[in-house]
Amino acid sequence: MRLRYIGRKLGFYLVAAWIAITLNFFLPRLIPGDPVAVIISKQQQTGTVPLGEADQLRRLLGLGSGSLAGQYGQYLNSLAHLRFGLSITVFPTPVIDLVRQAVFWTLILVGIATLLSFALGIALGTVTGWKRGSRLDAIVPATTLLTAVPYFWLALLLVYLFANTWQIFPAQGGFDPALDVGWNGAFISSAIQHSLLPAITLIVASVGGWLLGMRNMMVATLAEDYVVAAEAKGLTPLRVMAKYAARNAVLPSVSGFAVSIGFVVTGQIVMEQVFNYPGVGNLLFAAVQNQDYPLMQGIFLAISFAVLGANLLVDLLYGFIDPRTKEA
Amino acid sequence: MIPSTGTETRDDSSGLGTDLVLRASNVSVEYAGSRPTRAVREVSLELRRGEVLGIVGESGCGKSTFAYALTRMLRPPARMTAGVVEYYGRDGEVIDLAALSGDRLREFRWNKISMVFQSAMNALNPVTGIGSQMDDIFRTHRPGMDKAARRARAGQLLEMVGIDPRRLRSFPHELSGGMRQRVVIAMALALEPEIVVMDEPTTALDVLVQREILDEVERLRAELGFSVVFITHDLALLLEISDRLAVMYAGQVVEYAPAEQVATEPLHPYTRGLLRSFPDLRGQRREMHGIPGNPPDLREALVGCPFAPRCESVFEPCREITPPLRAPAGGWPVACHLHDPAHDDYSSEGGR
Repeated sequence: MRLRYIGRKLGFYLVAAWIAITLNFFLPRLIPGDPVAVIISKQQQTGTVPLGEADQLRRLLGLGSGSLAGQYGQYLNSLAHLRFGLSITVFPTPVIDLVRQAVFWTLILVGIATLLSFALGIALGTVTGWKRGSRLDAIVPATTLLTAVPYFWLALLLVYLFANTWQIFPAQGGFDPALDVGWNGAFISSAIQHSLLPAITLIVASVGGWLLGMRNMMVATLAEDYVVAAEAKGLTPLRVMAKYAARNAVLPSVSGFAVSIGFVVTGQIVMEQVFNYPGVGNLLFAAVQNQDYPLMQGIFLAISFAVLGANLLVDLLYGFIDPRTKEA
Repeated sequence: MIPSTGTETRDDSSGLGTDLVLRASNVSVEYAGSRPTRAVREVSLELRRGEVLGIVGESGCGKSTFAYALTRMLRPPARMTAGVVEYYGRDGEVIDLAALSGDRLREFRWNKISMVFQSAMNALNPVTGIGSQMDDIFRTHRPGMDKAARRARAGQLLEMVGIDPRRLRSFPHELSGGMRQRVVIAMALALEPEIVVMDEPTTALDVLVQREILDEVERLRAELGFSVVFITHDLALLLEISDRLAVMYAGQVVEYAPAEQVATEPLHPYTRGLLRSFPDLRGQRREMHGIPGNPPDLREALVGCPFAPRCESVFEPCREITPPLRAPAGGWPVACHLHDPAHDDYSSEGGR
C-alpha cells in the first residue's frame, strides 16, 4: 500500500521532470535571437571571425548541431553526463560549477531563513490563535505590515541602519574576500556574519504570512468538535493546543511551505542584489544581463529540479502528517 | 426527585442525595451580545444514579447549551449567569462544579462526567490514530498506568463496544460512521465515569446503525451502571430509552415526567404537538401534524407563556402570566396554565 503510494508519486514526478527538461531544451530555441549570433556579431566589431567559429561556439556552449531531434538527443546525453556547457559570463567556467556554488550559498542562506520564518510563523500563529482575542492579537497586523512593505525598501533600510549607521553587520557579500574559502573557523564565522542581515530581512518580511495563515486556521480548528472533545476529556491545555488544534491547523501551511522551499533555490533576486550575495538570484541576473544562454538553462534546470524535489519530499511527508491523503 | 423552576422547588420523599448523582438548580445561560440571548432560563433538573434522563426539544431550545453548562464546557460568548450544578459522588462527596477550575476541573472532567458529542464524525481527531487518542485520556488521568496497561485497557474498551482491538491502529477516516460512534462511546467510558452526557449521539447515523448504537448504550449502562443525560430532538427515540424526560421549549423545561406517562398522556400542549409530529409505526395510520409557527426570539423578554403564540389551547392568562413549572395533584411538573387549579374555570373549555 505504502510502496504503491510512493511508486505512484515517483512516477508522477518523473514525468514532470521530463517535461521540465524538454521545456528547458525548447525555450532558448524559441526565443528570437541566437547566442552564437550575438557572440559573433560582438567579435565582428573587434576583428575578423575565423571560419567555423559558429560551429565551435555552438559546441562550446553545448547547443548541439544538426536536426532538432538530433540536438535533443545530444542535449539529453550531455545532461546525463552533467555537461551543461560553458558560461559566457565567466568564460570559460563550466556552467555546472557556477550553478553548484551559487546553489550552495543560496541553500544555506535562503533555506535556513525560510525554515526559521516558517517555524517562527507557525509557533506565533499557534499561540495567537489559541489565545485569540487577547492582547497577543496585536502581533498580527504588525507582522502583516512588515510583509506588505516592499522587500527592497525594508532591506535597504536595514542595511542603512545595521550596516552603515551602526556597523553591526557587514553590508554586502557572502563572506570576507580576504579569507581563504574553505571549511575553516574564520571563514565559516565570516560567512555566518554576512548571512545574518539578509536572513533577518527575509524572515521579517515573510513571517507575517505564515503567522496570519496559521492563526486563522487555529481559530477555525478550535471550533471543531474534536478540539472541544479533547478539552472535555480534561487533557492539559498544552496537549489540546498542540496535538488536537495545531496539528490539524498546520496542514494548509505545510502545503504552502512545500511550494516555498521549492523556490528557495530560485534565490531571492532582490535580496541578493541588495546584499550582493553570491547566490542563484545574482547569478541568474548576471546570466540574463549577458545573454548567457547556457548559464540560464543550467539555472532553470536546477530550479525546476529543486521545486520538483522539494514537492516530492513534502508529498511523501504529507502522508504522515495527514493520513487521509494516503488513500487518495 | 421532581424539580421545578424558581423557588418553588419541592423536596420530595426519595432520600435526597442518596440516589442523586447530579443536580442542576435554576441554571441560566446567556450568550453575550448587544442583546444577550437567554438560551437557558432557570432550568432545574436532577439525575438519579443509573437512570437515563432524556432532554428533548426543537433546535435552538437550549438543550445542548444546557448540557454544556452541566459539563462546564460553555465557552464565551456563552456564560452561565445563575444557578448551581452539584455532583454527588458514590462515596458521599459533593462537588460544586462552578467552584472547579484549572487542574481540579481537568481532573473532574471525564473522570466523573464524560460526553458523547453531537457528531461522532467530527469528535475524533482526523490526523491521529484511535489508539493514540485513547492513550491521551489515560496518560492525563491515570499517570500510574504504563504503556502496556494503557494499550490493554484501550483494546478492552474497543472490544466492549464490539470493535476489533486491532483497530486501535486505525485512523478515524478508516472507520464507518457507526464504528466511529462506537469508538467515541468507548472513549466516554474509558475512566468509568458516573455520568455520560450524550448530545444527539445518533443524529448523523442511519436508522439501523442508530438502533445498534442505542442497544449498545443500553447494554453498557446495564453492565456498568452509569447515568445518562440523553439529548435529542427525536421524542420517539427518547420515549423508548429514557426513564424520565424533560421537554424544553424556549430555554425552559415545560414538562418533566416519567417516559411512559409522556408517551400516553402528555400534559403540555407542546409535548402533545411533538408527539403528534412523528408517526407511530405500530399504531394506526393517522394524519401528521406539525406545530405551526416558530419558537420565540430568546433575545426578547418573554411575557406570558413562551409557547402561547403557537398553542392550540391558548386562553386568557397565557399571554400575560408566565406559567411556573408545577406539579398538579397526582401529576408531574408541567409549566402550563391548563393544569393550574387556579385557572380551572378556563381550562375546562380551553384544554382538551
